[in-house]
Formats: sequence, structure tokens, C-alpha cells
Amino acid sequence: MHLSATSHSRRTAALATTGLLVTALVLTGCSSSSGGSAGAGSTGGSRITLTVGDFGTFGYKEAGLFAAYSALHPNITIKEDTTTAEADYWTALQTHLAAGGGLDDVQALEVGRIALATSDALNGSFEDLAKAPGVNKDDYLAWKWQQATTADGRTIGLGTDVGPMAICYRQDLFQAAGLPSDPAQVAALWAGDWSKYVQVGQEFQAKAPKGTYFMDSATGLFNAVVSSSAQQYYKGGTLDYKNSPSVKSAWDLAMQADAAGTSQGLKEFDTPWQTAFSQSTFATTVCPSWQQANIQKYSGPANSGKWNIAQAPAVGNWGGSFLAVPSTGKHKAEAEALVAWLTAPEQQAKVFQAVGNIPSNQKAYSLPGLVDFKNPYIGPNAATGQLFSTAAGTIKAAETGPHAGDLQNDFSNGILLVEQNHKSASDAWAATVQQIDSSIQ
Amino acid sequence: MAVSTGPQRRQTWRTRLYRWDSKGAPYAFVAPFFVVFAAFGLFPLLYTGWLSLHQVSLYNVSRSRWVGLQNYTDLLSGPPSRFFWNALRNTVTLGALSTVPQLLLALGLAHLLNYRLRGRSFLRIALLAPYATSVAAATLVFALIFSPEGGMANWLLGLVGVGPVHWEAGHWTSQFAIALIVTWRWTGYNALIYLAAMQAVPGDLYEAAAIDGANRWRQFWHVTVPALRPTILFTVVISTIGATQLFGEPFLFGGQSGHQGGAANQYETLGVLMYDQGFRDSMLGRASAIAWTMFALLLLLGLVNALIARRLRRAQ
Repeated sequence: MHLSATSHSRRTAALATTGLLVTALVLTGCSSSSGGSAGAGSTGGSRITLTVGDFGTFGYKEAGLFAAYSALHPNITIKEDTTTAEADYWTALQTHLAAGGGLDDVQALEVGRIALATSDALNGSFEDLAKAPGVNKDDYLAWKWQQATTADGRTIGLGTDVGPMAICYRQDLFQAAGLPSDPAQVAALWAGDWSKYVQVGQEFQAKAPKGTYFMDSATGLFNAVVSSSAQQYYKGGTLDYKNSPSVKSAWDLAMQADAAGTSQGLKEFDTPWQTAFSQSTFATTVCPSWQQANIQKYSGPANSGKWNIAQAPAVGNWGGSFLAVPSTGKHKAEAEALVAWLTAPEQQAKVFQAVGNIPSNQKAYSLPGLVDFKNPYIGPNAATGQLFSTAAGTIKAAETGPHAGDLQNDFSNGILLVEQNHKSASDAWAATVQQIDSSIQ
Repeated sequence: MAVSTGPQRRQTWRTRLYRWDSKGAPYAFVAPFFVVFAAFGLFPLLYTGWLSLHQVSLYNVSRSRWVGLQNYTDLLSGPPSRFFWNALRNTVTLGALSTVPQLLLALGLAHLLNYRLRGRSFLRIALLAPYATSVAAATLVFALIFSPEGGMANWLLGLVGVGPVHWEAGHWTSQFAIALIVTWRWTGYNALIYLAAMQAVPGDLYEAAAIDGANRWRQFWHVTVPALRPTILFTVVISTIGATQLFGEPFLFGGQSGHQGGAANQYETLGVLMYDQGFRDSMLGRASAIAWTMFALLLLLGLVNALIARRLRRAQ
């Protein structure tokens, strides 16, 4: 009895203390959030800390670039503020932009968000980087530069990496199905036309080893076809996917591939998709440059040397990012200089060597260790540096808009409705249109 | 004069302070709760109501546009109405699928634990373990169990000769799997609440029933359950609130398409729809309207519960 009484009063005390502490934290939290590094000012000599907000793997830490920059500029310390998932990063960035606080000195923007960031709704929040010292427009791939440029000619983001596409395929499964396995011959099977890729799929499927499929999912095919076309979801500044020839042919090809049983119907990036790599159940996957890392990670050492890589029927871009400088920052000049340095050829080449991201700065292609880079896991020793840097140069600029990323997701989902939920093609199309209508106001 | 009034004045000052202390101190002690509640409960509630009357994007709250009740009418009959009604239906079916078996199981388990068993404390702690597990961990494990490729559920079905089921893609199969996660997590918690109430039932009632020749089943039905009525009502209210707000389990169970409750929205609850509209599609106004609709729904359910409770009390 006595024991429980003391413990009870002790707990009350603890609770009261916690309550007061929380209140105190809340009150001080509100008042000090705007403080930060205000005292440092933007004068050249004083010590300042620059924060870089990014997501996933940008490779700067891996390539030792932040430390190198601090060595060049002893008064500058760089802190990376990184989030694993881009979707979470973007949600937080939007709320910070709306609130006008909590922003980092440098913020990364994914290509799917760049059209929204350059639109009138948001472009006032970012600095024009075209005039930053050391920035040379012609160094960057023209279409990449264009994507980050607003209607009135301000460039709010400098390109980091790009995601040119190829096709990764399993040499052993191709051989088993009586298809050639040499990259040049494989590329010749479908050169110039995505419908040939689907036809090769049907040939493969006719002689495929039991339990294997030609492709992992028809959604990858859909995205590849749309993103390698001149007209995608937008035309003349408005959303016009219903009349877009590429959306129609991509949808039809995806339906054809599914109906012919050439797709395993996996949900890309989901756990079953990851395990399917190690179980060797599909022979090809659409392969943006960053996909190489996934292939190696999920296929595992047991499948080393079994994958190879060939040119895609037509080259599109999937992924890649930009670095931007928010206008509310306290060290904008220093931040702009850092962005210009990080996206310069030498640094982009170092990132490529560290983590494999393909530079958007064309000058980097002429540096040693890039074009001559060979991937030991794929091929083995496939000339991926040559393949991807060439592909990046052939990508054409296509009109995009604020909802392009949402539409890509909605269409991927529409194809899943056919592949996993066994809806008819017309029902799935109708559901996709409804989904798009409900997600745009 | 001044010397003699000194202590007296101090006396009144002290009594005043004492009186103030005894009257004011309780308020000072509860103040932190109300400050936190106002900042994190009341203000968001009112602000959400204000936002629900605007067309406003997540990235540009300052450029909101007044639209009156349009967000609400859109939900009921506009472009997102199909998704709203679908989510409402899913919330109801998922709620029924998880709450009913959960509470029945909890009642049965509590009854068993009320007997003198060996290792009773261990069993009670074991019951609470799922409740202490995080939603994310539990859901990810269940997603593996119900995985179409080499999942345990399909392996078990294979043993009895039933073909592989694509749990996540089907309407009822996915809802069954999610309801199972909810049931697994909350049954033990409810069982402990029932157990506590059962132990407060006077033993002589059971003795009297035993003398009257009632077996254990009839004792349970005619002594335990009536005594537990207020507790059962409490757990029903709490579980209903939980079911209406169901979010984490469907969101995480779906993996890449969890944000919209599956490719065909087959397990999209109101909570998931609110998240999808607010944070994926950046439509804060509409998401706020969904939040307020959920709030209204909860008030309605609370009212129905209160009416039933009053009925039951009168019947007693």
C-alpha cells in the first residue's frame, strides 16, 4: 500500500515535470526557429554554415565533395540535410515554401517537380542561377537547362544528374529462348521502334524457360515509350494527354504486352519486384542509368555477369535532379557559388565515379574515367559510361507541365489495374481518367 | 501604530497568497495541458475548417481562394466523389471486419484468463505484446506473410490444395488481410480492459449462480456480460473511433500504391484518401474538407453510441 502510494506521487511529479518541459519546449521552439545562423551575416570573411537539403543518393558525401569545398573555402562549413524518400522530401519542402521558413540554403528538386517549381505559383521562391558566377549555360545538356527555365527566362535550378534509358536484359534467359545475347545484336532486334520490343517479347515468350517472363512490368514500358516521345502529356501549355499520340501508343503497347503474357505484372520498386530480380523470373527491364544499382543490389552476387545492357528502341529520360537556391536564404551568394561548383564538370564526374549518376553537364563527358567507364557487374564490364553519355546527348526536349509526374503515377497505376486487378483495358482507362480528374483542381 | 500593524498586514498578505494558491494552483497545474491542446488540438481543428472552405495548395497556402462549400459538394457529387464514397464504404467494411471479431475474441480471451491458470501473468503480458509493436513493423511483417511471391499465407493455402491468392490486389482479400493486422494488434488490449472489469465482478454473484445450477457458459452469459456492459460500450466507442481513423495499416500494406489504398483503391479508407489528396496531390482544401467530414462522422457515431447507452441503462 505504502509502496504504491509513493510510486503514484512520484509518477504525478514526473508527469507534471514532463508537462512543463513540453510547454517550455513549445514556447522556446516557436521563438527561436527564426534565429539560426543570423549572426554570421553574408560578409566574406566570417564563418558560415551552408545547409544542403536533398534526398536519396546525390553522391556528394560519397565523393567527398563537401569536405573538398570546405578545404577550398575555410570559412564555409556544409551540412547535408538528407531524406531517403523523395515523396517525403517534397512534402516537407512544399510546407516550408508555404511557411517561408525552415528552408535549407540549397534545395534539391527532382525532375518530376521542376515544372511546378518553374511555374508562376512557385518560381518566385527561387533565385535565378543563370547569372551566378562560373555558370555557363552551354555546358549543360540543352533540354536539361530548358526544364529549369521559367517562361520569362529565369533559370531556377542547375542540373545535377540525368536518367537516360537503356534496356537491361538477362543474357542467359535470352540464350535459352534462342535469342542473340550480344548487346549490339540485341539492340538491333528492336532498334528505333518500341513495338519491335514488344514483338521480341512475344518471340521470347514462345520459347521462354518455364516461369520466366520477358519484362518485369508493363508500366516500365509505358513510361519508356512516353518519355522518349516528342509530345508527352502537355501541348501548348495545357494538359492534353487524351490527344497525345505517345500516350495512346504507349498504352496500347502496354496492353498488348500484357495480353500476350510477356509481362510478369509486378509493381515496380515494391518488395515482390525486388525479390523477382534474385529469382530470375524476368528477362528485361527498362534501365535508366540509376537502375544499374538496383539490378546489382536485388539480383545479388549469384547473378553477377548474367545481366547485360543494350540501347533502347528510343532514348528518353527518367529521373535526375536540380539544385536550387531559395530566395529567403541568408547566404544566397555563397549558396549560388556552391551550386555552381557542385554542378561543374569535374565535380559531376567525381559523383559519377562514386555512385554512378550520369552528369547533366556535357563537359564532364570528356573527362577521363567517364566515357571509358565499364560496369563490372553488368556484362561483365559493359561499356555503360559510353552508352549512357551518348544516350543523354540524344534526348530531345519535350514539353512538360506541373502535373506530368502525377500523370506518370496515375498511368502506371492504370496499367496495374489490368495486370494485377484483371480489369479490362477500357475499364482501366476510364478509371485512370477519373483518377487524373480527381487529382487536379 | 505602524509597528503594530506590520505583522497583521503580513498575515493578511499571507492568507491572500494562501487562498490564491489553493484556488489558482490547480489551474496553473492543468494549464500546460490546455496550452498544448490549444496549440496542437483546437487551433489545427479550426484552421482546418477554415482551409476546407478554400481552394489551396500545399506549397502556396498564402494564395488560397475562397470557394465556400465547394470542397464538400465536390466530395459528395464532384470529380472526387467516386473516391470519397468508395473510401467511406471501405472504412465501414474494414471497421466491421476488424472491430467485431476483435471485441468478441477479446471477450473470450479475457474470460479464459479470468480462470486460475498457470503462468497467468506471462499470458497477460504476452497479450499486450502486439499492442506494444509499432504499426509499421507489424504491417510490414503481415505484408510479407500475404506476399504473392512466397508468402506464408499462400504456402499454407497450398498445403490444402488452394491455388495462390494475390491478397493485395483483391477487394475482399486485401480487406481481410488488413482487418487481420488491426485485430492482431488490438485484441490483447481490449482483452485486458475486459479482464480488469471482470475482476471487479463480485464473486458471490457467481456462487449464487452456481447454487442455482448455472454452468460456466450460463454464468458467463448471465453474470459476466451484463456486469461488463459499460466496459463493452466503452471499447465499442474507442474501437469505432480507431476504425474511422484507420490509416497506417492500409497505407503501409500497399507498398508503392498504398498512398491510394491499392491500384483499384480497393482498401482506400477516408484517412488514406485525405492523405493522398492533401500530400500527394497538394490539395489542402479538399483534404481539410475530408478531415471535417470524418470529424462530423465521428460526432454522429458518438451520438448513436450515447443513445444506445441510454437505452441500455434504462433497460437495466
